[in-house]
Amino acid sequence: MSVPRTAALALGDDALILSQRLGEWAGHAPVLEEEVALANIALDLLGQARALLSMVGDEDELAYLREEREFTNVQLVERPNGDFAHTIARQLYFSTWQELLYGRLATGEGALAELAAKAVKEVAYHRDHAEQWTLRLGDGTELSHERMRTALAALWRYTGELFQPVEGLEVDWEELREEWTRRITDVVERAGLSLPEGPQGTSWAAGAGRQGIHTEPFGRMLAEMQHLHRSHPGASW
Amino acid sequence: MVTARTSTTEPTGPEEELLRIAGSVPDPELPVLTLSDLGILRGLHIVGPGRVEVELTPTYTGCPAVEAMATDVERALREHGVAEVTVRTVLSPPWTTDAISAEGRRKLAEFGIAPPRTGTAGSGDGGPVAVDLAIRCPHCGSTDTALLSRFSSTACKALRRCASCQEPFDHFKELT
Repeated sequence: MSVPRTAALALGDDALILSQRLGEWAGHAPVLEEEVALANIALDLLGQARALLSMVGDEDELAYLREEREFTNVQLVERPNGDFAHTIARQLYFSTWQELLYGRLATGEGALAELAAKAVKEVAYHRDHAEQWTLRLGDGTELSHERMRTALAALWRYTGELFQPVEGLEVDWEELREEWTRRITDVVERAGLSLPEGPQGTSWAAGAGRQGIHTEPFGRMLAEMQHLHRSHPGASW
Repeated sequence: MVTARTSTTEPTGPEEELLRIAGSVPDPELPVLTLSDLGILRGLHIVGPGRVEVELTPTYTGCPAVEAMATDVERALREHGVAEVTVRTVLSPPWTTDAISAEGRRKLAEFGIAPPRTGTAGSGDGGPVAVDLAIRCPHCGSTDTALLSRFSSTACKALRRCASCQEPFDHFKELT
Protein backbone atom coordinates (compact mmCIF):
# COMPACT_ATOMS: atom_id res chain seq x y z
CA MET A 1 0.00 0.00 0.00
CA SER A 2 1.55 3.29 -1.07
CA VAL A 3 1.92 6.17 1.33
CA PRO A 4 -0.21 9.26 0.60
CA ARG A 5 2.39 11.94 -0.14
CA THR A 6 0.41 14.96 0.99
CA ALA A 7 -0.35 13.35 4.34
CA ALA A 8 3.19 12.12 5.00
CA LEU A 9 4.55 15.59 4.26
CA ALA A 10 1.94 17.36 6.39
CA LEU A 11 2.45 15.14 9.43
CA GLY A 12 6.22 14.99 8.86
CA ASP A 13 6.42 18.78 8.70
CA ASP A 14 4.33 19.16 11.87
CA ALA A 15 6.73 16.88 13.74
CA LEU A 16 9.89 18.42 12.23
CA ILE A 17 8.95 22.03 12.91
CA LEU A 18 7.73 21.43 16.46
CA SER A 19 10.90 19.45 17.14
CA GLN A 20 13.00 22.40 15.95
CA ARG A 21 11.02 24.83 18.11
CA LEU A 22 11.33 22.64 21.22
CA GLY A 23 15.05 22.27 20.55
CA GLU A 24 15.37 26.04 20.99
CA TRP A 25 14.70 25.51 24.71
CA ALA A 26 18.06 23.76 25.12
CA GLY A 27 20.04 25.90 27.54
CA HIS A 28 17.02 28.09 28.35
CA ALA A 29 14.49 25.90 30.18
CA PRO A 30 13.39 26.99 33.67
CA VAL A 31 14.70 23.87 35.41
CA LEU A 32 17.05 21.08 34.40
CA GLU A 33 14.30 18.45 34.36
CA GLU A 34 12.37 20.51 31.80
CA GLU A 35 15.48 21.01 29.71
CA VAL A 36 15.70 17.23 29.49
CA ALA A 37 11.96 16.71 29.03
CA LEU A 38 11.61 19.18 26.15
CA ALA A 39 14.72 17.80 24.45
CA ASN A 40 13.34 14.27 24.77
CA ILE A 41 10.01 15.29 23.28
CA ALA A 42 11.85 17.08 20.47
CA LEU A 43 13.85 13.91 19.82
CA ASP A 44 10.73 11.75 19.59
CA LEU A 45 9.21 14.23 17.14
CA LEU A 46 12.40 14.32 15.09
CA GLY A 47 12.33 10.53 14.85
CA GLN A 48 8.73 10.66 13.68
CA ALA A 49 9.59 13.37 11.15
CA ARG A 50 12.49 11.37 9.75
CA ALA A 51 10.32 8.29 9.32
CA LEU A 52 7.47 10.24 7.70
CA LEU A 53 9.61 12.31 5.32
CA SER A 54 11.67 9.25 4.32
CA MET A 55 8.47 7.57 3.16
CA VAL A 56 8.10 10.11 0.36
CA GLY A 57 11.59 11.34 -0.43
CA ASP A 58 15.06 12.15 0.84
CA GLU A 59 14.68 13.36 4.41
CA ASP A 60 17.55 15.85 4.23
CA GLU A 61 16.44 17.39 0.95
CA LEU A 62 12.92 17.74 2.27
CA ALA A 63 13.99 19.25 5.58
CA TYR A 64 16.79 21.50 4.43
CA LEU A 65 16.20 22.42 0.82
CA ARG A 66 12.53 23.28 0.58
CA GLU A 67 11.40 26.89 0.66
CA GLU A 68 8.95 28.29 3.19
CA ARG A 69 5.93 27.95 0.89
CA GLU A 70 6.63 24.25 0.38
CA PHE A 71 6.21 23.37 4.06
CA THR A 72 2.73 22.16 4.95
CA ASN A 73 2.87 22.08 8.76
CA VAL A 74 0.04 23.65 10.69
CA GLN A 75 0.83 27.18 11.85
CA LEU A 76 0.43 26.18 15.49
CA VAL A 77 3.75 24.30 15.58
CA GLU A 78 5.77 27.15 14.06
CA ARG A 79 4.60 29.72 16.63
CA PRO A 80 7.51 30.98 18.71
CA ASN A 81 8.14 29.36 22.09
CA GLY A 82 7.11 32.47 24.00
CA ASP A 83 7.25 32.00 27.75
CA PHE A 84 7.10 28.52 29.27
CA ALA A 85 3.29 28.70 29.48
CA HIS A 86 3.06 29.36 25.73
CA THR A 87 5.20 26.33 25.03
CA ILE A 88 3.02 24.22 27.33
CA ALA A 89 -0.19 25.50 25.73
CA ARG A 90 1.18 24.68 22.28
CA GLN A 91 2.17 21.22 23.55
CA LEU A 92 -1.24 20.64 25.09
CA TYR A 93 -3.15 21.59 21.94
CA PHE A 94 -0.83 19.74 19.60
CA SER A 95 -0.05 16.54 21.52
CA THR A 96 -3.70 15.97 22.42
CA TRP A 97 -4.57 16.28 18.72
CA GLN A 98 -1.61 14.15 17.62
CA GLU A 99 -2.45 11.38 20.07
CA LEU A 100 -6.07 11.24 18.92
CA LEU A 101 -5.14 11.39 15.23
CA TYR A 102 -2.37 8.80 15.42
CA GLY A 103 -4.60 6.51 17.47
CA ARG A 104 -7.09 6.60 14.61
CA LEU A 105 -4.45 6.19 11.88
CA ALA A 106 -2.88 3.24 13.74
CA THR A 107 -5.92 1.09 13.00
CA GLY A 108 -5.28 1.35 9.25
CA GLU A 109 -2.75 -0.43 7.07
CA GLY A 110 0.57 0.45 5.49
CA ALA A 111 3.69 2.32 6.54
CA LEU A 112 1.80 5.36 7.82
CA ALA A 113 -0.35 3.21 10.12
CA GLU A 114 2.73 1.40 11.44
CA LEU A 115 4.47 4.67 12.23
CA ALA A 116 1.31 5.98 13.90
CA ALA A 117 1.03 2.83 16.04
CA LYS A 118 4.62 3.29 17.16
CA ALA A 119 4.48 7.06 17.69
CA VAL A 120 1.16 7.18 19.54
CA LYS A 121 2.83 5.57 22.56
CA GLU A 122 5.46 8.33 22.65
CA VAL A 123 2.93 11.07 22.08
CA ALA A 124 0.89 9.83 25.05
CA TYR A 125 3.87 10.80 27.23
CA HIS A 126 4.07 14.22 25.57
CA ARG A 127 0.38 14.83 26.20
CA ASP A 128 0.71 13.68 29.79
CA HIS A 129 3.64 16.09 30.29
CA ALA A 130 1.64 19.01 28.87
CA GLU A 131 -1.39 18.14 31.01
CA GLN A 132 0.61 17.96 34.22
CA TRP A 133 2.13 21.38 33.52
CA THR A 134 -1.19 22.93 32.54
CA LEU A 135 -2.63 21.78 35.87
CA ARG A 136 0.41 22.98 37.79
CA LEU A 137 0.50 26.41 36.18
CA GLY A 138 -3.24 26.95 36.06
CA ASP A 139 -3.69 25.84 39.64
CA GLY A 140 -0.46 27.47 40.86
CA THR A 141 0.21 31.08 41.76
CA GLU A 142 -1.73 34.08 40.52
CA LEU A 143 1.08 34.82 38.10
CA SER A 144 1.34 31.27 36.72
CA HIS A 145 -2.45 31.11 36.37
CA GLU A 146 -2.49 34.35 34.42
CA ARG A 147 0.40 33.29 32.19
CA MET A 148 -1.28 29.97 31.40
CA ARG A 149 -4.60 31.68 30.69
CA THR A 150 -2.92 34.19 28.37
CA ALA A 151 -1.02 31.46 26.53
CA LEU A 152 -4.07 29.26 25.97
CA ALA A 153 -5.96 32.26 24.63
CA ALA A 154 -3.12 33.45 22.39
CA LEU A 155 -2.76 30.12 20.61
CA TRP A 156 -6.44 29.27 20.42
CA ARG A 157 -7.00 30.72 16.98
CA TYR A 158 -4.33 28.40 15.55
CA THR A 159 -6.19 25.28 16.70
CA GLY A 160 -8.96 25.33 14.08
CA GLU A 161 -6.48 24.32 11.40
CA LEU A 162 -5.82 21.01 13.16
CA PHE A 163 -9.19 19.78 11.94
CA GLN A 164 -8.81 20.74 8.32
CA PRO A 165 -9.02 17.48 6.35
CA VAL A 166 -5.69 16.21 5.03
CA GLU A 167 -5.75 14.51 1.64
CA GLY A 168 -5.05 10.80 1.97
CA LEU A 169 -6.11 10.47 5.61
CA GLU A 170 -9.38 8.68 6.23
CA VAL A 171 -10.41 10.39 9.43
CA ASP A 172 -13.72 11.75 10.67
CA TRP A 173 -12.39 15.25 11.34
CA GLU A 174 -15.54 16.55 12.96
CA GLU A 175 -15.56 13.65 15.42
CA LEU A 176 -11.85 14.30 16.06
CA ARG A 177 -12.60 17.94 16.82
CA GLU A 178 -15.32 17.00 19.28
CA GLU A 179 -13.12 14.52 21.13
CA TRP A 180 -10.21 17.00 21.18
CA THR A 181 -12.44 19.76 22.53
CA ARG A 182 -13.78 17.44 25.23
CA ARG A 183 -10.28 16.52 26.35
CA ILE A 184 -8.91 20.08 26.30
CA THR A 185 -11.96 21.35 28.18
CA ASP A 186 -11.48 18.68 30.84
CA VAL A 187 -7.81 19.59 31.39
CA VAL A 188 -8.24 23.37 31.45
CA GLU A 189 -11.21 23.11 33.80
CA ARG A 190 -9.26 20.89 36.18
CA ALA A 191 -6.55 23.56 36.02
CA GLY A 192 -9.06 26.19 37.15
CA LEU A 193 -9.17 27.76 33.70
CA SER A 194 -11.74 27.80 30.96
CA LEU A 195 -11.70 27.11 27.26
CA PRO A 196 -10.68 30.28 25.38
CA GLU A 197 -13.36 32.04 23.40
CA GLY A 198 -13.06 33.41 19.93
CA PRO A 199 -12.70 32.00 16.43
CA GLN A 200 -10.87 28.76 15.97
CA GLY A 201 -9.64 29.82 12.58
CA THR A 202 -13.00 30.66 11.04
CA SER A 203 -13.38 34.41 10.75
CA TRP A 204 -9.79 35.58 10.96
CA ALA A 205 -7.83 33.24 8.73
CA ALA A 206 -5.24 31.90 11.15
CA GLY A 207 -4.25 28.56 9.79
CA ALA A 208 -3.33 28.09 6.18
CA GLY A 209 -0.15 26.24 6.97
CA ARG A 210 -1.37 23.17 5.13
CA GLN A 211 -1.55 25.35 1.99
CA GLY A 212 2.01 26.61 2.53
CA ILE A 213 1.10 29.96 4.03
CA HIS A 214 3.06 30.59 7.20
CA THR A 215 3.34 33.18 9.93
CA GLU A 216 6.11 35.75 9.95
CA PRO A 217 8.44 34.06 12.50
CA PHE A 218 8.55 30.85 10.42
CA GLY A 219 10.99 32.19 7.82
CA ARG A 220 13.54 33.11 10.45
CA MET A 221 13.16 29.72 12.10
CA LEU A 222 13.76 28.00 8.76
CA ALA A 223 16.83 30.14 8.10
CA GLU A 224 18.35 28.92 11.33
CA MET A 225 17.34 25.32 10.70
CA GLN A 226 18.61 25.22 7.11
CA HIS A 227 21.63 27.49 6.93
CA LEU A 228 24.26 24.93 7.89
CA HIS A 229 23.11 22.39 5.33
CA ARG A 230 22.78 25.03 2.62
CA SER A 231 26.16 26.61 3.36
CA HIS A 232 27.97 23.27 3.44
CA PRO A 233 26.11 20.92 1.08
CA GLY A 234 26.75 17.29 1.83
CA ALA A 235 28.59 17.99 5.07
CA SER A 236 28.48 15.20 7.63
CA TRP A 237 29.72 14.69 11.17
CA MET B 1 15.82 2.28 5.62
CA VAL B 2 12.47 1.96 7.31
CA THR B 3 10.33 -0.81 5.98
CA ALA B 4 7.18 -2.63 6.80
CA ARG B 5 6.58 -5.68 8.86
CA THR B 6 9.01 -8.13 10.40
CA SER B 7 9.06 -11.27 8.29
CA THR B 8 8.01 -14.36 10.11
CA THR B 9 9.86 -17.32 8.60
CA GLU B 10 11.62 -19.61 11.07
CA PRO B 11 15.40 -19.16 11.30
CA THR B 12 17.61 -21.95 9.98
CA GLY B 13 20.55 -23.40 11.99
CA PRO B 14 23.21 -21.07 10.56
CA GLU B 15 20.81 -18.14 10.93
CA GLU B 16 20.34 -18.95 14.60
CA GLU B 17 24.09 -18.94 15.10
CA LEU B 18 24.41 -15.50 13.44
CA LEU B 19 21.40 -14.26 15.38
CA ARG B 20 23.18 -15.25 18.59
CA ILE B 21 26.25 -13.23 17.49
CA ALA B 22 24.19 -10.19 16.53
CA GLY B 23 22.15 -10.52 19.72
CA SER B 24 25.25 -10.43 21.90
CA VAL B 25 26.18 -6.93 20.66
CA PRO B 26 25.89 -4.47 23.59
CA ASP B 27 23.48 -1.53 23.50
CA PRO B 28 25.66 1.57 22.85
CA GLU B 29 23.85 3.64 25.49
CA LEU B 30 23.21 0.93 28.09
CA PRO B 31 26.20 -1.35 27.55
CA VAL B 32 25.15 -3.72 30.35
CA LEU B 33 22.35 -4.88 28.06
CA THR B 34 22.72 -6.78 24.83
CA LEU B 35 20.42 -6.25 21.87
CA SER B 36 18.95 -9.64 22.66
CA ASP B 37 18.26 -8.62 26.31
CA LEU B 38 16.43 -5.54 24.99
CA GLY B 39 14.41 -7.61 22.55
CA ILE B 40 14.98 -5.28 19.62
CA LEU B 41 16.47 -7.81 17.20
CA ARG B 42 13.53 -8.88 15.09
CA GLY B 43 15.08 -11.27 12.62
CA LEU B 44 18.08 -12.36 10.59
CA HIS B 45 18.03 -13.92 7.16
CA ILE B 46 20.77 -15.38 5.01
CA VAL B 47 19.76 -14.05 1.59
CA GLY B 48 22.70 -15.36 -0.42
CA PRO B 49 26.27 -16.59 -0.06
CA GLY B 50 27.92 -14.28 2.49
CA ARG B 51 24.88 -11.98 2.47
CA VAL B 52 22.77 -11.39 5.53
CA GLU B 53 19.81 -9.14 6.29
CA VAL B 54 19.08 -8.11 9.87
CA GLU B 55 15.90 -6.50 11.18
CA LEU B 56 16.11 -4.11 14.13
CA THR B 57 13.26 -2.26 15.79
CA PRO B 58 13.86 1.01 17.67
CA THR B 59 12.74 1.41 21.29
CA TYR B 60 11.59 4.98 20.50
CA THR B 61 11.17 6.36 16.96
CA GLY B 62 13.86 8.97 17.51
CA CYS B 63 16.30 6.75 19.38
CA PRO B 64 19.72 7.95 18.15
CA ALA B 65 21.33 4.68 19.22
CA VAL B 66 19.76 2.77 16.32
CA GLU B 67 22.42 3.86 13.84
CA ALA B 68 25.23 2.90 16.22
CA MET B 69 23.53 -0.45 16.82
CA ALA B 70 23.30 -1.12 13.10
CA THR B 71 27.02 -0.35 12.67
CA ASP B 72 27.93 -2.58 15.63
CA VAL B 73 25.83 -5.48 14.32
CA GLU B 74 27.44 -5.13 10.89
CA ARG B 75 30.90 -5.20 12.43
CA ALA B 76 30.14 -8.22 14.63
CA LEU B 77 28.79 -10.23 11.71
CA ARG B 78 31.68 -9.23 9.42
CA GLU B 79 34.12 -10.44 12.05
CA HIS B 80 32.37 -13.78 11.78
CA GLY B 81 32.88 -13.98 8.06
CA VAL B 82 29.71 -12.44 6.67
CA ALA B 83 30.78 -10.33 3.70
CA GLU B 84 27.66 -8.24 3.24
CA VAL B 85 25.31 -7.13 5.99
CA THR B 86 22.15 -5.06 5.47
CA VAL B 87 20.37 -3.75 8.55
CA ARG B 88 16.73 -2.75 8.14
CA THR B 89 14.65 -0.86 10.67
CA VAL B 90 11.16 -2.23 11.21
CA LEU B 91 8.45 -0.44 13.18
CA SER B 92 5.73 -3.03 13.33
CA PRO B 93 4.72 -4.47 15.68
CA PRO B 94 5.87 -1.63 17.96
CA TRP B 95 8.46 -2.52 20.58
CA THR B 96 7.24 -2.63 24.18
CA THR B 97 9.18 -2.90 27.42
CA ASP B 98 7.68 -6.37 27.86
CA ALA B 99 10.18 -7.44 25.17
CA ILE B 100 13.03 -6.93 27.67
CA SER B 101 14.14 -10.34 28.94
CA ALA B 102 14.18 -11.39 32.60
CA GLU B 103 17.97 -11.39 32.35
CA GLY B 104 17.84 -7.85 30.94
CA ARG B 105 15.72 -6.67 33.87
CA ARG B 106 18.14 -8.23 36.34
CA LYS B 107 21.10 -6.50 34.66
CA LEU B 108 19.31 -3.14 34.64
CA ALA B 109 18.62 -3.29 38.38
CA GLU B 110 22.20 -4.35 39.05
CA PHE B 111 23.40 -1.37 36.98
CA GLY B 112 21.30 1.05 39.09
CA ILE B 113 18.35 1.47 36.74
CA ALA B 114 14.93 0.39 38.00
CA PRO B 115 13.58 -2.03 35.36
CA PRO B 116 10.19 -1.47 33.73
CA ARG B 117 7.29 -3.21 35.40
CA THR B 118 5.84 -6.10 33.42
CA GLY B 119 2.26 -6.69 32.47
CA THR B 120 1.38 -3.01 32.86
CA ALA B 121 -0.56 -3.04 29.62
CA GLY B 122 -3.69 -2.34 31.72
CA SER B 123 -5.32 0.39 29.66
CA GLY B 124 -4.42 -1.38 26.44
CA ASP B 125 -3.93 1.83 24.49
CA GLY B 126 -0.30 2.36 25.44
CA GLY B 127 1.30 5.45 26.88
CA PRO B 128 1.81 6.53 30.45
CA VAL B 129 0.65 3.99 32.98
CA ALA B 130 -0.50 4.65 36.50
CA VAL B 131 2.44 5.02 38.86
CA ASP B 132 0.74 3.47 41.88
CA LEU B 133 2.49 0.13 41.43
CA ALA B 134 5.65 0.38 43.50
CA ILE B 135 8.92 1.06 41.73
CA ARG B 136 11.81 -0.23 43.77
CA CYS B 137 14.95 1.84 44.39
CA PRO B 138 17.80 -0.03 42.68
CA HIS B 139 20.24 1.19 45.37
CA CYS B 140 18.54 0.29 48.68
CA GLY B 141 15.50 -1.71 47.57
CA SER B 142 12.95 0.62 49.18
CA THR B 143 9.60 0.97 47.45
CA ASP B 144 9.18 4.49 48.86
CA THR B 145 10.17 6.31 45.67
CA ALA B 146 8.77 9.33 43.85
CA LEU B 147 8.72 10.55 40.27
CA LEU B 148 10.91 13.62 39.63
CA SER B 149 10.47 13.80 35.88
CA ARG B 150 8.88 11.66 33.21
CA PHE B 151 11.92 12.27 31.03
CA SER B 152 15.55 11.52 31.79
CA SER B 153 18.97 10.98 30.22
CA THR B 154 17.57 8.95 27.33
CA ALA B 155 14.15 8.68 25.71
CA CYS B 156 13.43 5.37 27.42
CA LYS B 157 13.97 6.49 31.02
CA ALA B 158 12.22 8.55 33.71
CA LEU B 159 13.91 10.18 36.69
CA ARG B 160 12.92 9.17 40.25
CA ARG B 161 14.17 9.70 43.78
CA CYS B 162 14.22 7.29 46.69
CA ALA B 163 12.70 8.67 49.90
CA SER B 164 14.61 6.14 52.01
CA CYS B 165 18.20 6.56 50.81
CA GLN B 166 17.60 9.96 49.09
CA GLU B 167 19.41 8.82 45.95
CA PRO B 168 18.02 9.81 42.57
CA PHE B 169 17.81 6.99 40.04
CA ASP B 170 16.72 6.26 36.49
CA HIS B 171 13.67 4.15 35.83
CA PHE B 172 13.30 2.39 32.49
CA LYS B 173 9.75 3.61 31.91
CA GLU B 174 7.03 1.29 30.73
CA LEU B 175 6.02 1.35 27.09
CA THR B 176 3.15 -1.01 26.53
